[in-house]
Amino acid sequence: MNSHVKNLTPETTDLSRRSFLVGTAAAGLVLGYAGVPGIESAAAAAPANFEPSVWYAISPDGLVTVTCGKADMGQHIASTMAQIVCEELGAKWSDMRVQLASNDPKFNDPVLGAQITGGSWSTMMNFEAMSRAGAAGRIALTEAAAAAMGLPPYFRDQLVVRDSVISHPKSKKQMSFAEIVRSGKVTKTFTPDELKAIKLKTPDQYTMIGVSVPQLDIPSKTNGTAKYGIDVMLPGMVYGKVVTPPVRFGATVKSVDDSEARKVPGFLKAVILDDKTGTTSGWVVAVANTYANARRAADALKIAYDSGPNAKLSSQSLLDEAKRLQKLDDSGQFFVKDGDPVAAFGSAAKVVEAEYTTSINIHAPLEPMNATAEFKGDILHIYSGNQFATRSGAIAAGAAGIDPKFAVMHQMWLGGGFGRRLDADMMIPAVQAAKAVGKPVKVIYSRENDMTMDFSRPLTYQKVKAGVDGDDKLIAISHDVVSAWPTARWGIPDFLTPSVDKKGPLDSFTVNGADFFYTVPNHYVRAIKNELAHNATPSGQLRSVAPGWTFWAVESMIDEIAAATGKDPAQFRISLLDGAGKNDGGAQRLRNTLLAAMGLSGYGTRQLPKGEGMGVACVSSQERASASWTACVAHVAVAASGAVTVKKLTVATDVGTQVHPDNIRAQVEGAALWGLSLAMYEKATLKDGGIEQTNFDSYTPLRMSQTPEVAIAVIANGEKATGVGEPAVTVVAPAIGNAIFNASGARVRALPITAEAVKASMKA
Amino acid sequence: MPTLTINGRSLSVDAANDTPLLWAIREQLQMTGTKFGCGAGLCGACTVHVNGEAVRSCQTMLSDVAGKKITTIEGLSAKGDHPLQKAWIAEQVPQCGYCQSGQIMQAASLLAKNPNPTREEVVAHMDGNLCRCMTYSRIQKAIMRAASEMRTASATSSERRPT
Repeated sequence: MNSHVKNLTPETTDLSRRSFLVGTAAAGLVLGYAGVPGIESAAAAAPANFEPSVWYAISPDGLVTVTCGKADMGQHIASTMAQIVCEELGAKWSDMRVQLASNDPKFNDPVLGAQITGGSWSTMMNFEAMSRAGAAGRIALTEAAAAAMGLPPYFRDQLVVRDSVISHPKSKKQMSFAEIVRSGKVTKTFTPDELKAIKLKTPDQYTMIGVSVPQLDIPSKTNGTAKYGIDVMLPGMVYGKVVTPPVRFGATVKSVDDSEARKVPGFLKAVILDDKTGTTSGWVVAVANTYANARRAADALKIAYDSGPNAKLSSQSLLDEAKRLQKLDDSGQFFVKDGDPVAAFGSAAKVVEAEYTTSINIHAPLEPMNATAEFKGDILHIYSGNQFATRSGAIAAGAAGIDPKFAVMHQMWLGGGFGRRLDADMMIPAVQAAKAVGKPVKVIYSRENDMTMDFSRPLTYQKVKAGVDGDDKLIAISHDVVSAWPTARWGIPDFLTPSVDKKGPLDSFTVNGADFFYTVPNHYVRAIKNELAHNATPSGQLRSVAPGWTFWAVESMIDEIAAATGKDPAQFRISLLDGAGKNDGGAQRLRNTLLAAMGLSGYGTRQLPKGEGMGVACVSSQERASASWTACVAHVAVAASGAVTVKKLTVATDVGTQVHPDNIRAQVEGAALWGLSLAMYEKATLKDGGIEQTNFDSYTPLRMSQTPEVAIAVIANGEKATGVGEPAVTVVAPAIGNAIFNASGARVRALPITAEAVKASMKA
Repeated sequence: MPTLTINGRSLSVDAANDTPLLWAIREQLQMTGTKFGCGAGLCGACTVHVNGEAVRSCQTMLSDVAGKKITTIEGLSAKGDHPLQKAWIAEQVPQCGYCQSGQIMQAASLLAKNPNPTREEVVAHMDGNLCRCMTYSRIQKAIMRAASEMRTASATSSERRPT
């Protein structure tokens, strides 16, 4: 039986209840957590019937291969996982290798109980488990080496493990990992308690963590050998090109005329999708012997659609609906309900109100969506780079009409993820085409398919009202967030959050960040679902998700209050980050981070030329429970025309512990430039129910000529490692908006920022 | 069947003359280092060299390359050790890596003609190549590093040349 065909019912993922097994198999030494909790079953499994969750293996030639259950989309997480193991194991970095896991539940995230990559969670949630796995391996190898060297147990503390060699300096004896593995004598089971009792290294003992080792995946990405989903080749494989309807969602196919397509050489079939998972609507796949022919056939199909209920909707109608919903007193659910802002506004000396919007945005990773499906016996094999193998495998199975336990997901390198590959739409045409033609099918979206069918960052509308008292002290904020609900679309209750007013669960991935670390005694945050937008523009998680819009509103509003009360916006923030009550700890870290960014940028230290200005913003990231601390100072020049030039971005981020300093800088810089791109250059619009932008001529991410200098300060203060892939995305837009105000007096409240909006506000 | 002169070899492909070079390279020849990004010449992921010029292979038909020399990322150097490839590793440029074959091929055509480019020349030459991970500053640094290394190598070899 296929080794992947196992019960998919999530086992408890509490690793503290699992044994750790080290044993010898055909391929060398394998190490991992027991597949099931409890010592009894683990003992039964080792060593004769040894089958742990193989987290890593050491081959007889000494190579250490770490299996990464995370999607690697350029954040080098596979390499990072190897680095954490390597630190405790004591291996030489050049002996380390990585491989990508399948969707076998044994590779599930130990904390999340699923295979999902996002939220800047991976390092934070896996650090401890990977460290203990490495340490357990070192202990097992050391004991075997000591026995082989004939050392009595009380000498074992004298052994030194370094660079894949275990040595005993006094007797000058040594053995390499390879020699120990070849001895075939390494077998050890750690009970959960023994595993927990292992004393991990303290930061002062690190030799790998904190070192910018060469990323293991990079050489293959300079010579064309890295295999992405789109590169999969299977014997007998044919190709599919999807034809998508003019509306984003809700269309149905009335008829398909393939008479012209039949004239295309190599054409096999036009397959109308029957998608019971509700992921796609009105899609057809043209299947042919080559992709070029599949494209020709797709172009030749004549398809009649019923455009469905969303065919008249536009960005404007979604925004109008958002405004209508926000005005209703009983809309939405409360995410934060502290004090009584309504009463506070009544007694406030000054009230500031503003509306903030963000456009629809498209992920557009450079590798267009694709998947290859093959039925082999009872098993459906899917080859695709995907961020959520657990759910995507189930959707692929749903499209095939089989039990999810018979779907095997083969992970590939991701040609960009940014949250787009959390979704599984690409599985459906591949699976149904493969079923229809009886051959393996690789479906590749055109860029036009990819853009118009993106699970986009939703259009958002936010209304923020703030009150200050007679001493210019901020006493109240009420904040309404209206949007499609990206995570509610998944239909997984665990990903939703109970509302504080007990009106049922809400999608916290629309309001995270609004529960900031400032001390404001009266604070309401309301999450309002825009059902019209939710249905017409099924939305997804785009790098940083909610904080990408909530901080646009919060950090702009904080600036507006500072301006209304005549305070320096940075000093005003510092006064709000006093660490009172629930904000203790986090607020102080954010304050320090802001100070670091101010220092690095020279904020307030010199007079800028006319038309130039600096703006600040500071943000935590996604959930308060997994917060990180990032601040930005943007330096801009604003022309009389309203045209904005971003001269420099200075970003400071407190990451607690740095695993790989160079990678942190790469991620922070990439994230900050994403923030810039979303703030200034990327805008998608809905018209007649369809996304109007179809390629990189009309949807225009940042290019090299638009890239300013980015200065980065990384604060590693010894706290636990936090994620770094996302926070810098969210801080940039408000910093730029605030800098524009500082430079010109123009206040912009809509993303992306346009010269027209800046100019209009300058005149006002 | 069209015959392609590619990476120093002569290979025939089973595809019509109006097939984009990109798909013949990827599917018929199974050289998948050249990537599909936009299909419209807007992103540069599919960049290859035709007679030494960087072209977008998604916009180049098989009929356009008859009798011409094609080079892909797989043929840029024998062992993946072109100065640009080494510089890409030294600067740890790639994140997702998907655009980088195209970036390297685009940069190689610049350095072949201009061994000492200014920053502005690099930006002008590279601006058609999108990097969605936004590794632009590292790409620039890597190009400058490779250019410097190539100049040093060529200066050394000319010094050794017998007079």
